[in-house]
Amino acid sequence: MLSFIAKRLLSGILLLIVVCSGTFFLAFVAIGDPTPGLLGNSATAAQRDALRAKIGYDRPVLTQFWDWISHAATGDFGTSWRSFQPVGDQLALRVPVTLSVVVFATLLAAVIGVAVGIACGLRPGGLLDRGLKLASVVLFALPGFWVSLVLVTWFAIELRWFPAIGYVSPEVSVSGWLSSITLPSVSLALGAIVMVGEQLRNGFLQVNNQDFVRTLRARGLSKRRVTTHVLRNASPSALTVLALMFVGLLGGAIVVEIVFNLPGIGSLTQSSSQIGDIPVLMGLTAVTVVFVVLVNFLLDLVLGWVNPKVRER
Amino acid sequence: MTTAPFPTTLAPVRRISLLRRYLRRPLGVVALVVLLLVVAAAVLAPWLAPFDPNFVTFKIVHADPGNGHLLGGDSAGRDILSRLLYGARTTLYGAVITCVAGLLLGVPAGVSAGYFGGATDRICSWISDALQSIPGMIVLLVVAAGTGQSFPVLMVALGVFMAPGYYRISRARAMAVRKEPYIDAARVAGVTNPRVLRTHMMRAVYAPIVVQTALTAGIAIGMQAGLQFLGIGSASTPSWGQMMNDGFNTMLTYPKILLWPSIALGVTIAALAFIGSTLADLISIRAEQPNRRARARVRQALAAPAAADLPDRETSGSHVHAIEDCALRVENLRVGYATNNGIKEVVSGVSLDAAPGEVLGIVGESGSGKTQTSFAVLDLLPSGGTAVADGIWISGREVSKLSSADRAALLGRSIGYVPQEPLSNLDPCYTIEHQLVEPLRHVHGLSKADARARAREVLVRVGITDPERVLGSYPHQISGGMAQRVLIAGAVSGRPSVLVADEPTTALDVTVQAEVLELLRELQQEYGMALVIVTHNFGVVADICDRVVVMKDGRIVETGLVEQIFRAPAHPYTAELISASLDDVAGRDELDQGWAPAHAVAGGEDDAR
Repeated sequence: MLSFIAKRLLSGILLLIVVCSGTFFLAFVAIGDPTPGLLGNSATAAQRDALRAKIGYDRPVLTQFWDWISHAATGDFGTSWRSFQPVGDQLALRVPVTLSVVVFATLLAAVIGVAVGIACGLRPGGLLDRGLKLASVVLFALPGFWVSLVLVTWFAIELRWFPAIGYVSPEVSVSGWLSSITLPSVSLALGAIVMVGEQLRNGFLQVNNQDFVRTLRARGLSKRRVTTHVLRNASPSALTVLALMFVGLLGGAIVVEIVFNLPGIGSLTQSSSQIGDIPVLMGLTAVTVVFVVLVNFLLDLVLGWVNPKVRER
Repeated sequence: MTTAPFPTTLAPVRRISLLRRYLRRPLGVVALVVLLLVVAAAVLAPWLAPFDPNFVTFKIVHADPGNGHLLGGDSAGRDILSRLLYGARTTLYGAVITCVAGLLLGVPAGVSAGYFGGATDRICSWISDALQSIPGMIVLLVVAAGTGQSFPVLMVALGVFMAPGYYRISRARAMAVRKEPYIDAARVAGVTNPRVLRTHMMRAVYAPIVVQTALTAGIAIGMQAGLQFLGIGSASTPSWGQMMNDGFNTMLTYPKILLWPSIALGVTIAALAFIGSTLADLISIRAEQPNRRARARVRQALAAPAAADLPDRETSGSHVHAIEDCALRVENLRVGYATNNGIKEVVSGVSLDAAPGEVLGIVGESGSGKTQTSFAVLDLLPSGGTAVADGIWISGREVSKLSSADRAALLGRSIGYVPQEPLSNLDPCYTIEHQLVEPLRHVHGLSKADARARAREVLVRVGITDPERVLGSYPHQISGGMAQRVLIAGAVSGRPSVLVADEPTTALDVTVQAEVLELLRELQQEYGMALVIVTHNFGVVADICDRVVVMKDGRIVETGLVEQIFRAPAHPYTAELISASLDDVAGRDELDQGWAPAHAVAGGEDDAR
């Protein structure tokens, strides 16, 4: 078990390093000289040189990379090339907003998706099952921001149940916070709900056909108890999808945040990519990948707990 | 030339029938028509569009539909319909680039990984996993910022993030096909690896790739619109995402500007999704679940005295005991399944019985209906299976008219079941202890401590010398023989009066087979159970059974005492089965060992009655 944890952690750290270096060099190649973006086209050559010296862009790329990664390892993401504020401070303000939305959406997907999956798995071919199939086809492909535009028009503008835009910190008002993240979360979660439900439903039916289920029934176990066994065996694939969804939701949140005007990482990503603020972009990348690695690590732990065979691989 | 001996007709045949089958699905046809309309709109945009998409007329800023502008004007005074039509071009152009990029990266990598396995597989899979764990939006925005918003480059970058989808599906297909004999044959015949990959593998992954492309195109269009919505892309090229952004900014005052591109985007994506899902249904054949009405129809047909498509309404087999002496009695049992070609009857009127303390063998080759008979007795037929009978008595009680809940209540108490494949019949997620204790507590009402003690006691009884270790183990940690002993322990721990064992030794090593049969016989005598053994092997019959029922094509062809049937089989099929078992070396050994004592026991019991 310990070696299992160590292996997974190591692989996560490796992924973090690879993705961060990849993004770093990609950004350097793609953006090139950042000064036009940062200063605008009217800046003089002297102003550009001064800025390049100030942000250390005149050093070799590898030196800059080493500088960034050695500081990032200690949690210091440097300062923005635009505002010269510490990147960490901006992230500390922005990440909780995005995380509220994404975690809430993931919870919705988990709870509703599992309930729907079980209900459909117990009655395959039923009304709910056919409905789920139809919904999963459409909602899987429709982008979150499209759904959010529909939801905003309907629930915020027509019915006025929820605020159309803006974010309320939970420190200010918990109910305000919940109501400000409900619509963004729901628009992100819809696709994930049907994916988790469909996955669980299919896994459920697959496990139901396995020999041991017949044997469990032959022992006289009640339907509810047999279902518990089936569910546990069917859960790994649904959990894996849920973890994948989390990654997808982090990306989807960037656009949804702009629709709902939430001060999350979305608009920060957009603005810093447009002006070429590489330290901010790198901070955003690192933080999101850390969350992805953490979620995948958690997933591996849960999978190992659900099915002990996994631990010995 | 080298490929001549191998199936070369696979792909064309499948393509024609797939298209034809596709056209029979109304939803799929509608989706296809919608997509074709979008494609036509994109191709014909220069001729269809009433205005130049970038031509500004201040008169129609935020204008309602009318005056030759069918959908009105946007916030810059451009004709919305023209922009929509030209936007379709951008959308489809981008989707094609993305799909081609994803395909070119994902499919060759996936096929190689699945075909070669080993390090290729590990490296490719790691890259694919890594790509999937990157929030692509950030990288795409970086690319967009850097490449001067070059649309094709951005779409290629999006394709890179779509590649894992292609990779996973082609890897899985390649791994499955890799095991097919014709690939081995091709390799043995000297066909080189690249050639095998090109011809055979590509053919195998073709259909799933088409499905994946439909889905990928849908997702790509959505993400493309998302990026455009964020302001990525050239302002002079009309795009749906950009139009949505424009509409979004004036959503509260002029909601219609947002409405049109949203509909275009939603309908196009939904069409692609439905095409993909219809295709997926056609190639994976998601098994239709038989509904209540279908089951009732099967039941009716089985019970009918004379059904046109189900001949042979006579019952087969016979009873030798009085009803009140039987532990198990079956009268005129029929089992059927609803198929696409009507009802398939797999057991056609079987009658048999077994007394307490008797061992009854049901013998036949696969497809004879012997296992279906035993599942029907247990009421554990696979989904879709339906059984009717004039009567089924378990420990003297007629049960065939009981509700399924009442039938389920007999399981584990009155009738027990020992399966064929030991390891697949234990739940891999729970310890042996949990699996033995759970029924004892919740079916037989023992306390936790009592159930534990009883589980250990039964394990010792079935010959497990270190019960503590086995109790704490998971199924994958114990051997097949051990697992079969655990299953027997589970089946007898509720002291049933009938024990049904379905090929209980077939999956075991030869040395273990004899021990398990011996154990079953001991337990049967100790508990006075009726033991019904389903087997294809007359060696097992000789070893353990008192009486035997020989089944063929869902009917009993012969029934009688073991000794008598061995000496003078009345039906040629029985003689054939016996000689087949004798040819089998393992069976022969068992027969030699088992014949004398089994014969003696069987004879002795017979005398006693």
